[in-house]
Amino acid sequence: MSQSDTRPPIFKAQHLLAVTDLSVSEIKSLLNLAATYAEVNRNADKRHMILAGATQVNLFFENSTRTQSSFEIAGKRLGADVMNMTVSSSSISKGETVLDTAMTINAMQPDFLVVRHQSSGAVELLSQKVSCAVINAGDGQHEHPTQALLDALTIRRHLKNLEGLTVAICGDVYHSRVARSNIALLTKMGARVRVVAPSNLLPSDIANFGVEVFSTMKDGLADADVVMMLRLQVERMAGSFVPSEREYYHFYGLTEEKLKLAKPGALVMHPGPMNRGVEIDSAVADGAQSVIREQVEMGVAVRMAVLDALSRNMRSQA
Amino acid sequence: MKRAFLNAVLPNGHGGLLIEGDRVVASGRAVTAANVSDAEVYDCNGHIIMPGIIDMRVFTGEPGSEYRETLASASKAAAAGGVTTIIVMPNTKPVIDDAAMVDFILRRARDTADVRVAPMGAITKGSAGELMAELGLMKEAGAVAVTDGTKSVANAALMRRAMLYARDHDILVVQHVEEPSFSNGVMNAGERASRLGLSGSYGLSEVILLERDLRLVEMTGCRYHAAQISCAESVEVMRRAKDKGLRVSCGVSINHLSLNESDVGPYRTFFKVSPPLRSEEDRCALVAGLAEGVIDVVVSSHDPQSDDTKRLPFAEAAFGAIGLETILSAALVMTHNKNITLERLSQILSETPQRLLGLAQGQLKAGCPADFVVIDPYSNWKVEPANLRSRSKNTPFEQRTLEGRAMATWVAGRNVYSYVG
Repeated sequence: MSQSDTRPPIFKAQHLLAVTDLSVSEIKSLLNLAATYAEVNRNADKRHMILAGATQVNLFFENSTRTQSSFEIAGKRLGADVMNMTVSSSSISKGETVLDTAMTINAMQPDFLVVRHQSSGAVELLSQKVSCAVINAGDGQHEHPTQALLDALTIRRHLKNLEGLTVAICGDVYHSRVARSNIALLTKMGARVRVVAPSNLLPSDIANFGVEVFSTMKDGLADADVVMMLRLQVERMAGSFVPSEREYYHFYGLTEEKLKLAKPGALVMHPGPMNRGVEIDSAVADGAQSVIREQVEMGVAVRMAVLDALSRNMRSQA
Repeated sequence: MKRAFLNAVLPNGHGGLLIEGDRVVASGRAVTAANVSDAEVYDCNGHIIMPGIIDMRVFTGEPGSEYRETLASASKAAAAGGVTTIIVMPNTKPVIDDAAMVDFILRRARDTADVRVAPMGAITKGSAGELMAELGLMKEAGAVAVTDGTKSVANAALMRRAMLYARDHDILVVQHVEEPSFSNGVMNAGERASRLGLSGSYGLSEVILLERDLRLVEMTGCRYHAAQISCAESVEVMRRAKDKGLRVSCGVSINHLSLNESDVGPYRTFFKVSPPLRSEEDRCALVAGLAEGVIDVVVSSHDPQSDDTKRLPFAEAAFGAIGLETILSAALVMTHNKNITLERLSQILSETPQRLLGLAQGQLKAGCPADFVVIDPYSNWKVEPANLRSRSKNTPFEQRTLEGRAMATWVAGRNVYSYVG
């Protein structure tokens, strides 16, 4: 990681834990850097070996396919040695605490620890105890900063500027770390953010987050530039938060008809994995306005940018 | 074709009623013999014309227990009692907890019933009190409100979510107010229950759940209706909630306005209702609350039960009493006693239910559906169970003489009942 001296710093912090920790200029710099990686990723040779010799551990306490593989590919394209650990199937089931697991891994001297955990705040707790750079890959219902960054990058590629855009975030905001990170990032960047959901799926006092609150798609989607759908967990639509899948689909599922309420050509986004026929209709998910697959592509670029930026702040551990 | 009903007493004074087809054209003082020359004229002989009664709490046995009551038989009892709209409760087999069941009730009623019928949907699936039912889809299918009927939604977190969800869809939430963990008695708790050796239910179990619900209403902002209150304390609780400006209302059954715990006498199961008949002081407070406007509507709580559920030892017998055919006559007692005016009677039986449920019918204004009842307030009759039209005969007014009755009942401009002496 000798190049860390020659590359200018992107942001101050040692870790990437939350969007709320980032400044507007830091977000812009990260997105600019990610945009260059998006280009690199479309080349035949995708490697950019700035992290050769570095070790990246993906420590996932909660199952994930796309985020984990996205981080893995990002690390490998930058030349890092990447190891995946899915903890639910190992130490924790033997009674080890989160911190003990992290300390064990820390002792092996990794440079990056990418962590997902089902409890809000767990990644921050862990970051206080380890000596490497920690990246939050999703903690409980709190934050998922790389998702918000990749969403912003995707929007920027289509609509140039985030400022002044109307973004409708629809669905289960209550349980969504994606929504919280997106609200934080988009409002910081000057977008007008709306949340659209049945009241049961909105956190208390959400209006204080600087968003407009709507309980119908008709009002919430009107003139939106971007429609961002959220995943609804199956267990939450069986009568505890909303009555059923079919009722949710009827009132909140994004169909072609409902999409017409938004601006012509409005972007359709979804962090995945999708419940087709619940929060989104297949015709919309696969339709011309959908940028859902591009979000996945941008995910790798954003994660490369984050690893790159954090490596610039590292002092030699030796 | 136009029809004119002249020489009548309307809730707001003398006058007449002019209808054409299924609609009201005009009502009041201006409708006289002089200006209805093109209409078929009926002389009301000074009888009362009121909007048809909208009964917000009716149980039938359809589907599931048709031997007790069908929508058709209940509608005949309703027509004879001046009730032109019956709001049926979801406690059927199966429970009315989805759009298909709402649709079934509406289509069965359209095909078999003489009066208008609309269902309330269940708040929870199977009325089991565990998971929220499809409130939005049921509303779209025609449910006029949601309730678990005979059951209370006891779980506070679930009730809060149901209220929030109902508020999103502007649905009225109707609750049977009895805290289940505190109301396992079979009659009012107190000396009488103790002497009869029966377990009692405290009025406080109603007050506790009502107060909890009102707090949740304050938190969620939903529209809320307590299906029936039964004791003096609940009247005070409702008064305070209304003073706070909450969008809340409540009903009272005709049984609780007419009867008290003493009527249970020697274990008479026809007087076993839920909530139980309370003390005479409670009954008087309910009448006063109704006159004053704290209580909004009167319901029959018509609940047909047959011998298999009522000819049992008191503690084992089912709750419930029929009332569609007697609600009007029993309510007229309050106008005869000058507890309430005729205008108030019309509000509590028709106009307020219309407003709470957002129905078209329930008023005699121009353009409204022609649903009305002609009443002879002084005609005496004895309640003979054998003559009642309901399939079940569990009336607590058995062998009582009541003063006043429906002489003719009209639904959508169609005569569905005429008294033949």
